[in-house]
Amino acid sequence: MSEEAVNTGPLPVVPFLKGAGTNDPYLEGQECAACFAIFLGERATCAKCGARNQLRAKRLSARGKLYSYSIVYRSFPGIDVPYISAIVDLEGGGTVKGNLIDLEPDPENISFDMPVDVVFGDALGRKDREGNRYISYFFKPAV
Amino acid sequence: MSDVYVVGVDMIKFGRFPDRTVPQIGAEAALMALDDAGLTIQDMQALYCGNLGQANAMVGQRILQEIGQTGIGVVNCANACATGATAFREAWMSIKAGVFDCVLAVGVEQMGKGLLGGAGGGAGIPKEGLLGSGTMPAVFAEAGMEHTRKYGTTFEQFAKVSVKNHHHSTLNPKAMYQIETPLDMVMNAEMISYPNTKLMCSVNVDGSAAAVLVSEKKAKELGLGRAVRIKASVLASDPYTDRDLVMPDVNAVTRIAAKQAYEMAGVSAADIDLVELHDCFATAEILHYENLGLCADGEAGRMIDEGEVALGGRIPVNVSGGLLSKGHPLGATGIANIYEVCTHLRGEGGHRQVSGARLGLTHVIGLGSACAIHILEKVA
Repeated sequence: MSEEAVNTGPLPVVPFLKGAGTNDPYLEGQECAACFAIFLGERATCAKCGARNQLRAKRLSARGKLYSYSIVYRSFPGIDVPYISAIVDLEGGGTVKGNLIDLEPDPENISFDMPVDVVFGDALGRKDREGNRYISYFFKPAV
Repeated sequence: MSDVYVVGVDMIKFGRFPDRTVPQIGAEAALMALDDAGLTIQDMQALYCGNLGQANAMVGQRILQEIGQTGIGVVNCANACATGATAFREAWMSIKAGVFDCVLAVGVEQMGKGLLGGAGGGAGIPKEGLLGSGTMPAVFAEAGMEHTRKYGTTFEQFAKVSVKNHHHSTLNPKAMYQIETPLDMVMNAEMISYPNTKLMCSVNVDGSAAAVLVSEKKAKELGLGRAVRIKASVLASDPYTDRDLVMPDVNAVTRIAAKQAYEMAGVSAADIDLVELHDCFATAEILHYENLGLCADGEAGRMIDEGEVALGGRIPVNVSGGLLSKGHPLGATGIANIYEVCTHLRGEGGHRQVSGARLGLTHVIGLGSACAIHILEKVA
């Protein structure tokens, strides 16, 4: 990646995607030091136990298992269908929703608990009003 | 504390009324409920109004501007798809607290067509179709697939819910649709979000429903002949569960509300004669058989297979046609469900009458999440 790309490189699609402009992007959770619940996105108070100021950043695993899904055939105008909307439980904690890619969207090909990897890439060419590119996360069947 | 009674309740036939205003649509049901009670707007001491689409636009006051500006207090409620039930519950609470003897609750909604929901708003770029889907058909498909994961529930079993509810609606002249949809028609309809086909998604319609609630003292004055007693009114929010903030958990919130409602009413699920539950999608109805205790966990697929939840079955569910075919005007739904149950308890259900109905339960879910449950009892 060029020096310029690092400086003006893609923005993270969500605040809990860290390292968007680097070679080492990852998802970050917030773990409660009191009850170990894991949240996506920064917060001051734990929604599980109510502890205040006990949340600590935690790098989430890039490996997980498919918990549930739907195959989306009808979406808003301009959005490519069909695609798999997936709920993934990450190893070591944290649940994330995203697109499951590199898999023909057919229930025959999808099994609960199938292992998946979290991968990072361009946000399907979507740009904001200022023309900024974004980096997103996706799930792929684990090799 | 006084028991609280419904003495007037009605709904308009659901449909699409683009040329009417939200207050006009709400006013129609309000007047129908007042007529049903044999009362007038001058008898009402407060109005509790539920509407989502114009939640910041004083819909309750604008209804009074249509039917009588008597100067009573108005509360406008918004609570997603639990909006109407929340307004009804606020009305119930005002009488339970001894503040009023006679109040009006109205739920009303005017809807566009098309998908509701969508993944992630906020800054940056649109997230729908990038970080999965936040459309309602997909969210409730994922909730249904969790049931498939646990119990092997099939696409066909989910589809049977829609066959049943569409069949029920052929007996309900106030439903949006009165059309039979056989299983192959449901399963071969356009797939929206697997496993929900178009016929397994609730219908976006315009509609309104209203109820007159009174204290025991007032009910006795008016005569208890057609009165319905409110045995339980419960509202719950989503408790913390591991995936709730990523995959809304409609199960835990319903189980909290159901447990409280049965305790408040002093009854069990086995005592209930009919249920109107939140079938926003066919997948959702299956979950709630178990969440409401109508069967044991893992038995919901068998219940729909064996027809236990059909009219004439052990515990008929959504004999109105449900949100799937009667239609789902968000703010009106919670009171329309109450109208349906009251109609059966009064023995006025016509061709779809659940015979011998004495106790009925209504359930709604507002995603985000709110669950409201009411248990209603025949009096006379």
